[in-house]
This record gives sequence, C-alpha cells and structure tokens, in this order.
Amino acid sequence: MSPDTAMTATAPAAEADVRKSSPGAAREPRRRPGRIRRIGLPYLLLLPALLLELLVHLVPMVIGIVMSFKELTQFYIRDWGTAPWAALDNYKVSVDFDAPVGKALLDSFLVTIGFTLLSVGLCWLIGTAAAICMQDTFRGRGLLRALFLVPYALPVYAAVITWVFMFQHDNGLVNHVLHDQLGITDQPSFWLIGDNSFFALLTVSVWKGWPFAFLIVMAGLQNIPRELYEAAALDGAGMIQQIRRITLPSLRPVNQVLVLVLFLWTFNDFNTPYVMFGKTAPEAADLISVHIYQASFVTWNFGTGSAMSVLLLLFLLVVTGVYLALTSRERRASHA
Amino acid sequence: MPSTPTTAPASPMAPPRSFLWTRRIFLTLLTGFVMVPVYVMISSSLKPLADVTGTFRWLPTELTVEPYIDIWSTVPLGRYFVNSLIVAGAATVCSVVIAVFSAYAVSRYSFRGKRVFTVTVLSTQMFPGILFLLPLFLIYVNIGNATGIALFGSRGGLILTYLTFSLPFSIWMLIGYFDSVPRDLDEAALVDGCGPLGALFRVVVPAAVPGIVAVAVYAFMTAWGEVLFASVMTNDTTRTLAVGLQGYSTLNDVYWNQIMAASLVVSVPVVAGFLLLQRYLVAGLTAGAVK
Repeated sequence: MSPDTAMTATAPAAEADVRKSSPGAAREPRRRPGRIRRIGLPYLLLLPALLLELLVHLVPMVIGIVMSFKELTQFYIRDWGTAPWAALDNYKVSVDFDAPVGKALLDSFLVTIGFTLLSVGLCWLIGTAAAICMQDTFRGRGLLRALFLVPYALPVYAAVITWVFMFQHDNGLVNHVLHDQLGITDQPSFWLIGDNSFFALLTVSVWKGWPFAFLIVMAGLQNIPRELYEAAALDGAGMIQQIRRITLPSLRPVNQVLVLVLFLWTFNDFNTPYVMFGKTAPEAADLISVHIYQASFVTWNFGTGSAMSVLLLLFLLVVTGVYLALTSRERRASHA
Repeated sequence: MPSTPTTAPASPMAPPRSFLWTRRIFLTLLTGFVMVPVYVMISSSLKPLADVTGTFRWLPTELTVEPYIDIWSTVPLGRYFVNSLIVAGAATVCSVVIAVFSAYAVSRYSFRGKRVFTVTVLSTQMFPGILFLLPLFLIYVNIGNATGIALFGSRGGLILTYLTFSLPFSIWMLIGYFDSVPRDLDEAALVDGCGPLGALFRVVVPAAVPGIVAVAVYAFMTAWGEVLFASVMTNDTTRTLAVGLQGYSTLNDVYWNQIMAASLVVSVPVVAGFLLLQRYLVAGLTAGAVK
C-alpha cells in the first residue's frame, strides 16, 4: 500500500545534474532561477487535490466530530453553532445498550459485522476461484470475462432495482422458481421484510461485489511469472499444489489490500441497502450506514447521528490498524 | 461455451480432467448467477404491463417497445439523464486532471510530507459517507450564504463532491502507473528543453494512457451510480438518475416493465463504456495498483 518507492528519492538531484551538464538546459535560462520553484512545484501540483480533500473530507469530518458533542436537534439546525454543548451525552445515549437507541445501534452493528464478513468472504472466494479458473486461455475466455464484469459495471441502483423486482412476493422470479417451479417452499416467501431480507441483501451484495475481487486477482495473477509454474510442474507438483504453493502465496500482497478495501466498502455501503429497503430497513438487514442516516434525517437528531458516525469511524480505524499490523508482520515473517 | 480445453501451445502442465470438469461446472453456474438478473432486466423491459404484475414469466406473452416510449413521460427521465451526464462527465474530467498532477508529484519528486499526503488521501476511503454528509451540507449552505456561489442543490456542488470520491483510488493507481514509466524518458524530455509540465504532458501522460483511461472509467462509474449525496444535495431541477429512477415506484402502480426499461437505458452507456475499456482497466491495475 506504499506507492512511493525508493526510486523517487533520487529524482530531483538527477534532474538537476542533467540540466547543469546539458546544452539543452543552457538554452533555457528562464528556467534556472527556480530553486524555490523546484521545491515548490510538487506542492503546487498537489494543491488542487489537497484543497478538495480538505473541503469535502477533512473539514467536514472535524465539523462532524464537533457536532457530536452538541445537542443538535432540528431547533438549532439553521444555525448549528448556537446549539448548546452536550458534553458526552450523545455518546452516552449511543452506547447505553439497555436503552432503545443504544440497543438498536448495537443490533445494527452486529448485523453489519455478520453481513460484512460473509459478503467479503464470499466475494473473495468466488472472485479468486473464477480468476484462477480463467488463468489459462480457452475459447470464449474474453467473452466470459466481459460477462463477469457486467454486475460491477452496472450502476448500483439499476442492479439493485432489478433484484428488488426479482424478490417481489407476488410477481418476482425468486418465488416463481422456488415455489411454483421447484416446490421447495410451501408458500411464497417474503424476501424484503423479515429475517429473509438478510439473505436477500447478502445475495445482492455478493452478486455486485465479487467481480471487483475477480478483477484485482486477475490483474495480480498476471504478475506471477509462468516459469514458476513450469518449474513446479517439472518437479511433479499437481494442480492443487501449484495453486497452494505458488498462486496463493504470490497473491498475498494483493489480497492484503483487496480484503481491506472490500471490508471498508461493504461495511460503509449505503447505496445497496438504501435502494433495496428505502429509509427504514428491516431489522435483519439494518446496516449501520442506513441506521445512522435514519437516526439523523428521520428523527432530526444530528448530534446523536454524528456521535454514532464518530464511533463507527473509530471502530474502522482500529480494525484497519490491527489488520495492517497483523498482515504486515505476517508478510515480514514469511519473507524472513 | 465456457472452458473448452485450451488450444494454446501445450504447456508442460496440462490441467487434469477433473480440474477441467470442476472448472466447467463452476463457470457455468457462475455465468447463470451473473446473467439471470441481466436477462430479467432485458426481458421484462419488453413485456406488456400485465406480464410484470402477474406471476413471473420467463418469456413475454408478446414483445412490446412501449415501456421504452413511456419511460420518458412517466418521470422526466431526459432531464435526469442530462444532469447525470453533466455531473459525471465534469467530475471525471476534473478528477483525472487533478489525479494526474498529484500522482506526477508523488512519483517524480521527493518532498517533505509525501508520505503524510499519500496516507491521508488513502485513509479518506475509510470515512463513512454518513459522517461528512451533514457537515458538508452545512458547509455548502454557508458558502452559498456568504459568497452567493450555490453549491447546495446545484450540479456544481455534486461535481465537487463526486470528484473527491474517485480521487484517492485514482491517485494511488496513477502513482503506480507513473512509477512504471521509465524515468529516462522524462529526463530526455527535460534535456530537450521541456519544463516539468512539458515532460508530464508530452512523455509521461502518453505513456500512461491505459492507466489514465482506467482511472477515468472508474471516476465516471463512481459519479454515475452514487445515491446518498445525490438524494440529499439535489432538487427537482438538478436531480440525477440515481434518485430520479425511484420516481417509477412511488406512483400508485409500480410499472416494473418501465422500471426495467429505464434501468437498462441508464446502464447501457456505462456498461458499454466499461466493457470497451476493461482491457485498459486490467492492464492499468496490473501495471499499477497490484504491483
């Protein structure tokens, strides 16, 4: 995950040498006064990105953290600066698991954890399996690859609305197949309310998410030298052994980033549950982002909503930190 | 069709039959899983209303293109379409240009704070959107009140927001890509009298076209599909497709055939673009991100 390589450290020095010694540089005297310009140039290049990140991500995040310490109900929203300080009240409400608000948040959090682990696991498994299956060339491979990427390319709302149609009770495909055609269920099930909604959401999430894993693993596989496989085959290693001894270890650095990115995206996903269930999701599929949205915009209590978001961010920071520490150590150990 | 045994040069490790069969079955099942919703979308969009309100049928009783005509009048789909095109197009162009500048700086220069910059930009990916939705909304409203620049409710505000969503991944991927462009090339350009920006645009950018295309595709898809900020930050005139499409089901009858037709119409530009350019995305990821 560290893109700045050692190479870059020597760049400006080399560049300066080239300029001094080359006749080309002498032809361009107006460029020489630029010691300050040369030092300033990288910062100038980064400026637009920095300003935008500040405006859209960092400043709002700081304001969000400040807001989480305020009693920000609809009476103060026009001029949020005047809202009274609430000290830790918003946090106390959020983590008081005996009271309704805290309990609902905890339930939603647990649902989100279960959902995220299952979804990321399945996405990774299917994506990796498909990428390994398509490592050698065969007729129709290009077409198949394009087909597999369609769920990823479809806009979220178009894909999710189609699934909502398929999950309809009376006129959906899922009930038609399971009940009318296969007779697996005694009567048509409800998929978008009640406990089934968890599996409906998981199905959509995996359908939409696995092609990303496929794409990344496929790209990672192309960096494994073919000679490794040939050497292993000469030594008598079978297909399974080659996958276990060569493919999976070579993919480890790719997987480290891939699993983390999938985890963060799935955990924070708002689009899929929101298009599927609207503003209030059924309890079994009440993902935390929609839950917080609901707590903020439906109840108009932005202080508590912000406190919940900050807790969520803290959780993600800890998970990411621990994950990176563990996987990096493992990588170092396996290199030694 | 999947997994016909290879006709490519016989490798020393021809896969065993059991593997070929497992692969054939797995890929067939996976193709089914992937394609069923696509089939439902296409076939339902060509059905009369009676076919989609009654029990599901695999085949339409009759084919009709009426849903494709009706979608434009049931909700102002044309306007949503134009809004989405403007927002996603502008966000993509800005995001790619800014990412190119940033990635060039990180890839070619050493400077104080480089690591802080890359880590900070990447860590914004971790933020739950919900945390900065409301503060951002307040900032836009206040900027509007103070300077008269309407960011809230306007396409401009949405463009600004969306371009930062794709920026971190774009910068990260382009750094990797630029690192793979030989440094000798831009040094030669500098010797020939190009300035640093000349070297960037005449040498590095042309050599990194696949990476840049990949990043552009990603940025466009991100902006085209976003729902959360679009639902809060737009009004009737600036609404994008992501929010506008929900208009078909708030009416008394749910026109599923029209919903499917509209979904297909809004998907075609991105899916077609993505499939045409996916080679670049894979090449870009291979050279950059996953190295």
